[in-house]
Amino acid sequence: MTGIIKKIAQINFGLLSPENIRNMSVTKIVTPDTYDEDGYPIEAGLMDPRLGVIDPGLRCRSCGSKGGDCQGHFGHINLARPIIHVGFADTIHKILRSTCSSCGKVLLTDSEKEFYMGKIEARIKNEESITDIIKDIYTLARRDDCPHCQQEAEIRKNAEFMIQNSEEILEEIGPDLDADTKKKIEDKVQKLVELEEKRVSSGEMDDMEPNADINAIKDATEELIKVVKDIKGQNDEVTKELQELVEPIYQEAKRAQQRTIQEDIKIDKPVSLVEGNYKLTPSEVREWLEKIPEDDYYLVGINPKIAKPEWMVLTVLPVPPVTVRPSITLETGERSEDDLTHKLVDILRINQRLKENMEAGAPQLIVEDLWELLQYHVTTYFDNEASGVPPARHRSGRPLKTLAQRLKGKEGRFRSNLSGKRVNFSARTVISPDPNISINEVGVPEMIATEVTVPVYVTEWNIEQMKKYIENGSKIHPGANYVIRPDERKIRVYDETKESILEKIEPGYVVERHLMDGDIVLFNRQPSLHRMSMMAHEVKVLPHKTFRLNLCVCPPYNADFDGDEMNMHVFQTEESRAEAKSLMRVQEHILSPRFGGPIIGGIHDHISGGYLLTRDGSVFKEEDVFQMAQKSQLPMPEPKNRDWTGKEIFSLLLPNELHMVYRAEICRKCDECLREECKNDAYVVIENGELKMGAIDEKAFGAFSGKILDSVVKEYGTDRARKFLDSATKLSISGIMKRGFTTSTADEEIPREARDRIEELLSNAEKKVEQLIEAYHNEELEALPGRSLRETLEMKIMQVLGEARDKSGEIAESYFGMDNHAVIMALTGARGSMLNLTQIAACVGQQSVRGGRIERGYRNRTLPHFQEGELGAKASGFVHSSYKSGLDPLEFFFHAMGGREGLVDTAIRTAQSGYMQRRLVNALQDLNVNEDGTVRDNRGVVIQTRYGEDGIDPAKSDFGKVADIDRLIEEMRIKAKADK
Amino acid sequence: MVKKDILKHKLVPDHVVLKKNQIVKVLKAMEVHPEQLPKIKLDDPVVKAIGAKEGDVIKITRNSQTAGKFVSYRLVLG
Repeated sequence: MTGIIKKIAQINFGLLSPENIRNMSVTKIVTPDTYDEDGYPIEAGLMDPRLGVIDPGLRCRSCGSKGGDCQGHFGHINLARPIIHVGFADTIHKILRSTCSSCGKVLLTDSEKEFYMGKIEARIKNEESITDIIKDIYTLARRDDCPHCQQEAEIRKNAEFMIQNSEEILEEIGPDLDADTKKKIEDKVQKLVELEEKRVSSGEMDDMEPNADINAIKDATEELIKVVKDIKGQNDEVTKELQELVEPIYQEAKRAQQRTIQEDIKIDKPVSLVEGNYKLTPSEVREWLEKIPEDDYYLVGINPKIAKPEWMVLTVLPVPPVTVRPSITLETGERSEDDLTHKLVDILRINQRLKENMEAGAPQLIVEDLWELLQYHVTTYFDNEASGVPPARHRSGRPLKTLAQRLKGKEGRFRSNLSGKRVNFSARTVISPDPNISINEVGVPEMIATEVTVPVYVTEWNIEQMKKYIENGSKIHPGANYVIRPDERKIRVYDETKESILEKIEPGYVVERHLMDGDIVLFNRQPSLHRMSMMAHEVKVLPHKTFRLNLCVCPPYNADFDGDEMNMHVFQTEESRAEAKSLMRVQEHILSPRFGGPIIGGIHDHISGGYLLTRDGSVFKEEDVFQMAQKSQLPMPEPKNRDWTGKEIFSLLLPNELHMVYRAEICRKCDECLREECKNDAYVVIENGELKMGAIDEKAFGAFSGKILDSVVKEYGTDRARKFLDSATKLSISGIMKRGFTTSTADEEIPREARDRIEELLSNAEKKVEQLIEAYHNEELEALPGRSLRETLEMKIMQVLGEARDKSGEIAESYFGMDNHAVIMALTGARGSMLNLTQIAACVGQQSVRGGRIERGYRNRTLPHFQEGELGAKASGFVHSSYKSGLDPLEFFFHAMGGREGLVDTAIRTAQSGYMQRRLVNALQDLNVNEDGTVRDNRGVVIQTRYGEDGIDPAKSDFGKVADIDRLIEEMRIKAKADK
Repeated sequence: MVKKDILKHKLVPDHVVLKKNQIVKVLKAMEVHPEQLPKIKLDDPVVKAIGAKEGDVIKITRNSQTAGKFVSYRLVLG
């Protein structure tokens, strides 16, 4: 689509005036019908041809452009009666509550007005938000008497007072009156009349100082009263005259007094506004809003340049163009209209009936009912989920998707079409593992590689190659799908068009060739929670239909192969490719900024394999070693003409100058470390790139904790680290394949003697629990500080049972050795834990719900198999059996309770943390670290004077710390020793 | 109520009002307008305690888990 390119300088959000709506409308819509019998749209109907065209062949009746180019034109419906716009009902409510029902002014005194106007003007000048000020005004202006109307009322009260007084005085004194006093009174009355006239003629007193005026009248009345009080006599004529003069003022005063007491306005969701007990009609609301003087607009939060409050009550309804609500023709030839069209039909129909009834002079009741119905339709047209209104439904019972629903929420226009979009040059399929490709690579199915393309500029140096691709066409793999001519025309490569394209192609053309080995693509798995969820991989085109990835990149993507799918995006420009290659490549992300260690590394069998390869006593024949080295893409080692130890083999991977000491995962954390004399082979020493002692396990090159891997990245760079990891995992796999590795329940088998010991231990523990309970019942139990007796009992029981399970585990463990594959996996950190094994072999232990023993279910007992109030181990979910021996029905039930709680908790946790993350990301997304180390937002406002207070990039830190001094010293010691 | 010197509380970091020339120096070093600094309210208890005025820049030195000592600046606003 072509158009005029302009820079947006400013965006104003305002209200459409009825005039605006009529001006932008191309036609008035009157008939609720859409098409006639012949299938042609009806004029002045909802599908009026002037509203725009959808068919690409036709031309628009309004603008003359072809279908597709015409964005459509609005129409309008004249509403028979005003209707409140749902979206503004709340605002209207607030405005009504803070303005006077008789004069329309904001219920603020003059000084308050001045104060807030000053504040608002200052904010507007600085382009700051005024919402909090408006909020203050709304609360302050919630008065029940108008300060403006009240002042008037006061004089009127005076007038009233004067009448009463003068009447009283006249009666008392009698009719004799001399000319002098008569004149005096007449003067005063005259003055009062003049003042009153002046006040009335000055209109609503807005351009003059209102107080001075009112005060003058007040003074005059008081003076008059004084004079009347002073005089000795009067005649009937003057009394009459006086009465006549003050009578209108008196009447006015009475009315003013009545109406200044403002009733509270309530909103009855979504659109009904109730004043006291009287429901205001939209017309009345509109009249009220019209009364608000323009000077007060800012005080109720309206910019007079772009809106008037009465525009929030609709008199004209804009009808969106047909392009916004296209009708779909079903296969049966039946036409199906958009939800918006359906709603507009409803509005038109009721509007028509309302108009007819009004013109025919139907009873008020009927008109009001129709008016209400029209209000309902217009309300649901804007928002079909407004609270307090039943949603309008389709014939099938499905709620209609109206304007607000199109925009709102995750599936709405904003979140699903503007913040995020469907894109071209992307692919998605199931993932599966491939241990033979590098961590940097991704296996792409040929089917995908022939579909997504890379644009290549044709030059005289690559023209031959490009011609070959075109010759292959779009079906044979290294082929091409499209050719773009220098005039930007895109031509699809077909067998028939191949020849002519080949003839015409020359430098300047662009060929969209198939994806090939070595291309850089973006690979992503949702949820994209951190930057390692999207990394750049090199393509390797492979047969079959799944994406293949190296097992080491499973942790950063959090991927497994139980049906996971992943997305791939192909870069379309050289710049993006270059940027991705240097910033997003997998090898650049081996270290995680989360904890300053490797997040990409060996998993599962890589770890067990490494241990089997390098543990003490593991030797390999030289020919096997050569095979393994070859498979691991290592340089062929010098022959030793003897058997190799596993440690020697592993040393082939290490950089020559590497020095390291650390304690392996298999370290038993003995009270006193024997260091070099470690019996478990857990003290790892690397000197000059030779593994002198210790076995390789998770701590060596595993994801999350691999120390050697971490060192290699930090000392030798990401390239070396990638090679190390690729080779190490392959070597480990070779090792595990040479030794053989399997596991079954036989691994958790323990001898009868062990089972007897465990049985005895558990029965002792259960006895001890019984004793505790007895002590509790006899009130011999002593409460722990800050705990009730009951809590103390619970804690003690939990402690006893917890110990029992641990002890039983220890017994089981003592019968397990390092020849047991399940134990190897648990201890090296490959998979599973010792707890898992002991639960299988010895005792499952206490099940918990809500962080304590199970106590819910029936009244005062967990299950009907127990007595009420029973507190024993068995009755509160202690599972005495092992998984292997099997759980009895009661144990099974308690176990399911605990298991269910765990499941529910994880489900809730992911939902909660997802929303929390969304809010955090929205708040922090455009902060960045400046060159000077400060953290700033997009306006340059300093958030932190130094990133993380210490300016350390956690990805380059030593597991979160700047440097591990102890480790550095140890390594220098080793190095010095080795150099000697 | 017992009146306590909040500045002596261990959780209250060190607040110092900067002099005019110091402000200029700090702003120049960080290349910021005063408005781009983090803000502190005039009715903040510490601001009241040290008697800072609107427009002053306060230097706050706090103990940091990662860096030992950490210095930040705040602009006093009404």
